[in-house]
Amino acid sequence: MTDAAFGPDLGEVFGPHQRDGGPELIQLLTPEGERVEHPDFAFDLDDEHILGFYRDLVMTRRIDTEATALQRQGELGIWASLLGQEAAQVGSGRAMREQDFAFPTYREHGVAWCRGIDPLHLLGLFRGVDQGGWDPIADGFSLYTIVIGAQTLHATGYAMGMQRDGVVGTGDPERDAAVIAYFGDGATSQGDVNEAFIWASVFNAPVVFFCQNNQWAISEPIERQTRIPLYQRALGFGFPGLRVDGNDVLAVHAVTQAALQRAREGSGPTFVEAYTYRMGAHTTSDDPTKYRVTEELEHWKLKDPIERVKAYLSRSGVADEDYYADVEREAEELAAHLRKGCLELPDPSPLDIFDQVYEEITPELEAQRGQFAEYLSSFDEAHASEAGARS
Amino acid sequence: MTAITLGKGVNMGLRAAMERDPKVIVMGEDVGKLGGVFRITDGLQKDFGEDRVIDTPLSESGILGTAVGLAMRGYRPVCEIQFDGFVYPAYDQIVSQVAKFHFRSRGLVKMPIVIRIPFGGGIGAVEHHSESPEAYFSHTAGLKVVACSNPVDAYWMIQQAIEADDPIVFFEPKRRYWEKAELDESAAPTGLFTSRVVKEGSDLTVLAYGPMVKTALEAAIAAQEEGKSLEVIDLRTLSPLDLEPVFTSVRKTGRLVVVHEAPLSLGLGSELSARISEVCFYSLEAPVLRVTGFDTPYPPSRIEEEYLPDLDRVLDAVDRSLAY
Repeated sequence: MTDAAFGPDLGEVFGPHQRDGGPELIQLLTPEGERVEHPDFAFDLDDEHILGFYRDLVMTRRIDTEATALQRQGELGIWASLLGQEAAQVGSGRAMREQDFAFPTYREHGVAWCRGIDPLHLLGLFRGVDQGGWDPIADGFSLYTIVIGAQTLHATGYAMGMQRDGVVGTGDPERDAAVIAYFGDGATSQGDVNEAFIWASVFNAPVVFFCQNNQWAISEPIERQTRIPLYQRALGFGFPGLRVDGNDVLAVHAVTQAALQRAREGSGPTFVEAYTYRMGAHTTSDDPTKYRVTEELEHWKLKDPIERVKAYLSRSGVADEDYYADVEREAEELAAHLRKGCLELPDPSPLDIFDQVYEEITPELEAQRGQFAEYLSSFDEAHASEAGARS
Repeated sequence: MTAITLGKGVNMGLRAAMERDPKVIVMGEDVGKLGGVFRITDGLQKDFGEDRVIDTPLSESGILGTAVGLAMRGYRPVCEIQFDGFVYPAYDQIVSQVAKFHFRSRGLVKMPIVIRIPFGGGIGAVEHHSESPEAYFSHTAGLKVVACSNPVDAYWMIQQAIEADDPIVFFEPKRRYWEKAELDESAAPTGLFTSRVVKEGSDLTVLAYGPMVKTALEAAIAAQEEGKSLEVIDLRTLSPLDLEPVFTSVRKTGRLVVVHEAPLSLGLGSELSARISEVCFYSLEAPVLRVTGFDTPYPPSRIEEEYLPDLDRVLDAVDRSLAY
């Protein structure tokens, strides 16, 4: 038996040349802002939509910048930055329809923006006043999930529910629905994610597994998670996998839209690997200078997801300086809204924690609440009697 | 009135719940065509179809994780974990997701999920098939935990658990699956989260749940022959606890023995002992004693009869309590 009997050398399919995504990368807008053709995917919306994407990208980055600043000022305990991943999130988020449902990690601020959620609600979790201030069911956007990969199973179950509700493959575009599950490269090592792939595959569930491969899981590089390009794993689970330029909003939109449509039609799951880069730290508590080189960051700066859209819009004459100024003004207003709103987010009451543990509170918990309330109010009485004694 | 086994009681209860509410779905390993390894879901897939009785991949985290998504979509999943010792791969989904979603979403997302777990030993099984993991779940805020001990309760409690809007871990005493009792379907059931005196007595209270209720009742009969009157209480609900019937009983008898198969340390007995000591301090004539499994892994089955609390070990504790 020869070595060849064991297939290709893994070093050939996973090596340094993968840095830019390799030959399989689907791209429709180059880093220089040139529209390019792809044999299988096309961005078929007009320039108005690209103007809208530009606005989304700028606003999303502004949310991130502002939240990072608020953390630095001590107003947030921590923040998970999406810097560099705006196109992956806006492109996929805008491919969703009203009736679709998204299951995010804790970094999908751009998808939340696309779902129409007030970004102020995203701050609550990081400020420590709540654990997600939106209505997951009404907004079609589940709560942020911090346990890595757990949400991919929720997404698959939700998609199985859609199948049972008869909203898959009916041919009615207003009715047919699908789910998109967000996760990162690190999550692909989790059992839950692999189980989700299996379940979605064998039940042909309408779910798009949208992996933002940002190359880093805190300090661990992609090489610690996989020996083959992630999108190639999908085949082993029995559904297609694609790698798209995650910094190209047009390609991300085209690919995600096609994958969601495939799911809505009843053709099952797709794995989309959005090849991107985490330009910032994992969170505001992280220090990436300890584990990665500046050269890498500089390399990816040239692929900025916003600059290439701006280059296209300017060169093609679709947008002028007035448009950019308008978007900038709107971003300033959003930033002001976040700064003011963050400081005004009400702290929860210590007694609130008892009320939402169960749909039907238990007598035991009611008793604990009562005892705690009495204990807390004893300080008021002590304070009052102290004040009385002094006067 | 018909005589049914405990296993049949769960089966009939599941059927009734599925007939009543089309959103109830059953999912688990081998629950479909086979009807489950204990045949608890026997015949359900045939009558309700593959969309409502789902033979799942062998993936416990997957069962609970997808149940979360199905619940968000408005379904009421009843998940079967094939054996107690197989629940741990699903532990994260149960503790971090199922238990916390209602809290995290400020009540906007309900998790009406029932997790059925055949538990306890006594059937001569290989390892991981005879465990009593109830304390892990009773310790977790956001879950409710119950254990049935007889066919009539099995029939009613599973239906009540499915109707509840909170996630419930439903323990079934697997070695009692074949015990029989008369079921009167027209009788009003006892509330799900209530403990119940199953035998009245005056000298000492024995508190048990699941498979140990029968053991406690047998001990009470044996004690009777020696002139000792034991009161037996079936705890039924492990979280929340319903201790008023226990307080009333202990104020009367002054003595309490708690029995469970699970290991001693930090088991349900620890919490029960603490609560009853706090509330019934001046009524107690003896410390609360516990008869339990040991702080070892579950042993090879050839010696499980020695390991498991039985009639003699209960009576031994009764004697020690009465001798105080």
